[in-house]
Amino acid sequence: MAAEIDIHIRKTFPGRAPIQAKIRYPIEASTVLILFGPSGSGKTTILRCLAGLEWPEEGNIQFVSRVWLDTHAGIQVPPQHRHVGYMPQDYALFPTHTVAGNIAYGLGHLSGADRKKRVDEMLELFQLHGLEAAKPRELSGGQQQRVALARAVAPRPLLLLLDEPLSALDAPTRLHLRDELRSLLQELALPSIIVTHDWTEALTLGDVMAVINAGEVLQVGAPIEVFSRPQDAAVARIVGIETVVKGRVVGSAGGMMQVSVNGTTLMAVEGEAAGPDVFVCIRSEDVVLERGQAPASSARNHLAGTVTMITRLGALARVTIECGFPLVATVTQSAVEEFGLVSGVSVVAAIKAGAVHLVSRQRD
Amino acid sequence: MNWIAIWVTFKLAALTSLVLLIIGLPIAYWVSFSRRRWKFIVESVVALPLVLPPTVLGFYILVAIGPHSPFGRLYNELVGHPLPFTFEGLLLASILYSLPFAVQPFAAAFEQVDRRLLETSWTLGVSKVKTFFKLIVPLSKAGLVTGAVLSFAHTMGEFGVVLMVGGNLEGETRTVSIDIYDEVQALNYAGAAKTALFLLVVSYTVLLLVYAVNRNVWAAWPQK
Repeated sequence: MAAEIDIHIRKTFPGRAPIQAKIRYPIEASTVLILFGPSGSGKTTILRCLAGLEWPEEGNIQFVSRVWLDTHAGIQVPPQHRHVGYMPQDYALFPTHTVAGNIAYGLGHLSGADRKKRVDEMLELFQLHGLEAAKPRELSGGQQQRVALARAVAPRPLLLLLDEPLSALDAPTRLHLRDELRSLLQELALPSIIVTHDWTEALTLGDVMAVINAGEVLQVGAPIEVFSRPQDAAVARIVGIETVVKGRVVGSAGGMMQVSVNGTTLMAVEGEAAGPDVFVCIRSEDVVLERGQAPASSARNHLAGTVTMITRLGALARVTIECGFPLVATVTQSAVEEFGLVSGVSVVAAIKAGAVHLVSRQRD
Repeated sequence: MNWIAIWVTFKLAALTSLVLLIIGLPIAYWVSFSRRRWKFIVESVVALPLVLPPTVLGFYILVAIGPHSPFGRLYNELVGHPLPFTFEGLLLASILYSLPFAVQPFAAAFEQVDRRLLETSWTLGVSKVKTFFKLIVPLSKAGLVTGAVLSFAHTMGEFGVVLMVGGNLEGETRTVSIDIYDEVQALNYAGAAKTALFLLVVSYTVLLLVYAVNRNVWAAWPQK
């Protein structure tokens, strides 16, 4: 049997949309699944169902060959026996325990010597040496996050469940730790599921992402696919970023960066990207379409291209333009008619440099 | 001062809070963690001694442990003497009488414990019972001290229940408060004043301890 995770659950809360989640995807050693959605969409509840902290009225959860929940067969594996590493949003570090005590907490089954060895390994891996005896309240946000991760990982779980792992941190730390978390997850070679509402996290951390809204899973796919090819208007609205393409930073000067995407050069405001390899992300409403002789404009990017597809969305239309890469613009229906926009028409897409978001990615 | 009465009172109060510490913990755990709808029924029963006149409580306990009740008969057969008007009978009554003074502070402390800490502990493979001792007890220390000390102090001062269930036997069931009453009846005001002052000082010291522990006035480190 192929290694996969199969979740099919229904859970109702009074006064809220019921959660009806159905996710099935293959897992490998280091697959990261992102549960992405706005707050209140039910993604945390799904994660808690996986951890065994929430009991759906109906459904089944299977992880590889282990059945964790099957309401028809009456199987309900308690959290103690699921062997998952769970990290809640605010880390929930045990305030009465030291850093070492927190990490050793789930290692009761090991002998004293083995336990000490494992704690040392974790302190090394998470760069926490020297903090063994500290209490959680003495740590910075980033250190707390590392302790919480170390504690979750120490018992060698089968699956890692992280609820908004970066949201409790301030912005600069978050950025730094996002990259750190990504390399750590790869090093651990541990399948994980991460809940987030931040699209940059989804893009940088995820191998697969599930878009969740009002308790329902709307789309499952590789993040770049989901972002650039949302299956419907609802997904597009939730992810918010329609154009996501791989690019490479080729130069920077005066606070601006030049990025090459398939030979087309874009200007972006110097941002968070760490390395030369980036995802170039553009919201469709930030793209202005011009035809014929374009007037002088303050936008730094003017890309000539041809319309390849137009999708109507009520009063709006999604226009896809091929300009070296597929670029999505949202314009009004009346603009489509006025400009005579149809497939094959040449247009110029104007994008302000500030609307070109660069998110660092790893080289393929 | 009647040192024998003081010794009986201390013994009674200490044993009562010890027993309440043992049986109060599971009751408090259930009260603060159960999601059953009929939980309020148990909560009300536990709180009953707070509002019931001690004589009423004492009367029912006396009937319940008396030689005409099944429990009283069973005890008589097993131990060889009846339960009323003995130290053991008094201890049983004191435990019931002080139950809310232990259970309510325990439950209030348990409710303060962040549920996510407990959930995280469970996912780390630690059973609910072990989680209770590893996390809930250390995090509820102030509440546990408060409950134990309050039930101790409450037992020290009990009067009505002692009179109903224990009677007034020197060295067995005569407590300090009964002794004071006896002294006043005998018009020995000087003796009553001494014992009363003693009880006042002890009670005030106990409450000082409770409030100090809860404010953490002796803490040498900053609170989180």
